[in-house]
Amino acid sequence: MINGVGREIPESIAGIKNIKPYINPFSYVPTGHLTGPAIKVNKPRSEKVLSSIEQAIDASGLKDGMTISFHHHFRNGDYVLNMVMGVIARKGIKDLTLAPSSLNTINEEIIPYMNQGVITAVETSGARGKLGQLLTSGQLSKPTIIRSHGGRARAIECGELHIDVAFIGAPACDTYGNINGVEGKSVCGSMGYAMVDAAYADKVVAITDHLVPYPLFPISIPQTQVDYIVPVEAIGDPKGIASGALRISKDPRELLIAQYATAAIEYSGYFKQDYSIQLGSGGASLAAARFLKEKMKKQGITASFGLGGVTAPFIEMLEEGLIKAVYDVQDFDIPSIESIKKNRNHQEMSASFYANPHNGGPIVNQLDVVILSATEVDVNFNVNVITDSNGVIMGAVGGHQDTAAGAALSIVVAPLLRGRLPMVIDQVHTVCTPGETVDIVVTERGVAVNPLRSDLKDNLKAANIPLMDIEELRNIAYEFAGKPDPIEVSERIAAVVEYRDGTLIDVIRTTV
Amino acid sequence: MKLRRTMMFVPGNNPGMLINAGIYGADTIIFDLEDSVALSEKDAARHLVYNAMKSINYPCEVAVRINHISTPFGYKDLETILAVKPDLIRLPKAETAADIKEIDELITAAEIKHGFLPGSINMMAAIETAKGIRNAYDIAAASPRMVALAIGGEDYLADIQTSRTKDGKEFFAGRGQLILAAKEAGIHAIDTVFGDVNNEEDFIAETTRIKEMGFDGKSVVNPRQINIVHEIYTPTEKEIDHAQRVIAAYEESLARKSGVVSLNGKMIDIPVVKRAQRTLAYANAVGKYKGGETL
Repeated sequence: MINGVGREIPESIAGIKNIKPYINPFSYVPTGHLTGPAIKVNKPRSEKVLSSIEQAIDASGLKDGMTISFHHHFRNGDYVLNMVMGVIARKGIKDLTLAPSSLNTINEEIIPYMNQGVITAVETSGARGKLGQLLTSGQLSKPTIIRSHGGRARAIECGELHIDVAFIGAPACDTYGNINGVEGKSVCGSMGYAMVDAAYADKVVAITDHLVPYPLFPISIPQTQVDYIVPVEAIGDPKGIASGALRISKDPRELLIAQYATAAIEYSGYFKQDYSIQLGSGGASLAAARFLKEKMKKQGITASFGLGGVTAPFIEMLEEGLIKAVYDVQDFDIPSIESIKKNRNHQEMSASFYANPHNGGPIVNQLDVVILSATEVDVNFNVNVITDSNGVIMGAVGGHQDTAAGAALSIVVAPLLRGRLPMVIDQVHTVCTPGETVDIVVTERGVAVNPLRSDLKDNLKAANIPLMDIEELRNIAYEFAGKPDPIEVSERIAAVVEYRDGTLIDVIRTTV
Repeated sequence: MKLRRTMMFVPGNNPGMLINAGIYGADTIIFDLEDSVALSEKDAARHLVYNAMKSINYPCEVAVRINHISTPFGYKDLETILAVKPDLIRLPKAETAADIKEIDELITAAEIKHGFLPGSINMMAAIETAKGIRNAYDIAAASPRMVALAIGGEDYLADIQTSRTKDGKEFFAGRGQLILAAKEAGIHAIDTVFGDVNNEEDFIAETTRIKEMGFDGKSVVNPRQINIVHEIYTPTEKEIDHAQRVIAAYEESLARKSGVVSLNGKMIDIPVVKRAQRTLAYANAVGKYKGGETL
């Protein structure tokens, strides 16, 4: 069947249940009730602290065929996933579904366990490098399920992704299982993605390198959700978890894209007192933060809230009073982690609060403006952020679908050419975010407004930016780089890309 | 009004930079075949620039800085580049009017050969020695193709045996003479590059200073410098407002057939009127003012 973005979705895919094709961003309305974790009992004065990961695995009852989860706040400094998988593999447990909130290059260490049948399925936001290649190869027995951060929270809460055991890397944990991300030697700041896992997994194991006497405060994940605690030497490499304050790009092309994106915001009609904003962590987004800050100061405008994925430029704006509050699902750098620890207006939130489309209202629904990056964009404004020019998984959906759908104005920034490759093309290889939810595409050579938003087009005429049709952008890109041949793929489906509501927006086939 | 507020150098041997050179809004881009290209890369750069100019439609004035015709590369540069009709040939290290005349003749021949409109390819010269400064007016007036004189940086300093200072004393004499020569010849005066790209503060100070001296623009080496220069060269709302009022007073005096122009009780001289006209024309050219309204 052909879905709402024109992609062929097979009626049945081995290993994927309940296939629903994507129709449009808000057409699917589920019914029924949320799921819940196994009932827990903890008697007075019982001990949660165990001496090894192996003991915790035994105590959790982990068996062949179950689903385990991890969170990716430690980014490329994460030790927990690799450490736990090593123990699981040694215990001979097989056929697991691995469901981390995302995968980083450091997790390549677990590839042997995929080859050995320890892990036979993956459900995550994305992957890079060798892990991306493996997931694209179709080698696992089930297709990988790619979900956005909001989509993952939804899948967990509605029972589509049932987690048997969640392993939670805990920068600080007390002896009764209260966890936060702001103390200890491996601080990561917000614990937003792990909050959903902790609330819905049947068993929750905290792995910590900073075990403290009871009680710990502040509490991000409460004792009521945590079954076992394992102290270890180190849960991550601080250098890989958070960078220092990211420097604003000096790449003139990125700066130009940022300048156009900022001008688009300024003239969009949304740039007014108490607007709200989310910026990505890419070079152009960070540069846009600087330009936006100057414009806000000049025009005396302050924002009601900032959302993210939080980086230092946001914190500067918070501290200077340009943003009233920051809502935070993940931190990228040290200034952000320090801020969430000390600033009451810097609020931790769960992935569900952030972006789950099927709850009483995620914060993305209140968002005015978001700047998002892209790998490829097509003339229908569909965006690919997951596969590269060879069709191989090399990125993550993250909050892309969620914020594009929620924000009143979604701006996608991308260079028109990367090396010898055009980035605005006829058809993206993989649709991650539907064009219907993308309002403006900004490149260094021109800015295209989605024809669905003729209101915006009128507003932007005064912005002194090179406005053009998206087809014109594609033509310029093709003029320089030629029209790329379509990537040759087989019939075999290596991964499915869910839209945030659980419908299928695209499939990723193995390349030939 | 032809603007040359920014003339951006782009190394001729860098394909990525050649492709993107036109997107940053410089008034002129200068593809460089001279100092930024190593001797072993001269041929490659010449052919890259030729092909870039042939295939890419740049939205601004395109200049090529050739090697001096006293080097083994200068004539080859001209032969190759003139075939793709640059807007402007920039000669480095100009010292005499004869240099200019010789290149002028070569350009004339190339225009005939390739069927270009006669006189359609302009020239400018960079003056980088004391001798060049002394001959600056002759150089500026040596050909009707000449549209600008620029003062070179390091070579000039080496020649007059000094070095860079924060407030630019070393360029005091050279800049002063170059301005006069260019203005007398009725062409643009372009200031030298400021290489410390990350030092925004001193760049702003220097650009402000040379604008006040009368320079029409500045050579830049990085796209990040373009907007800064353009901002400094944009008339302020106050300047535009004042210019409008001067013009209004002048027009009123014409209507009254009175030889005396006065604004707020003060007499206004004709040069003040001319300056006001120039301010409005300039504001119009930079897109800040149109049909009586400040944008």
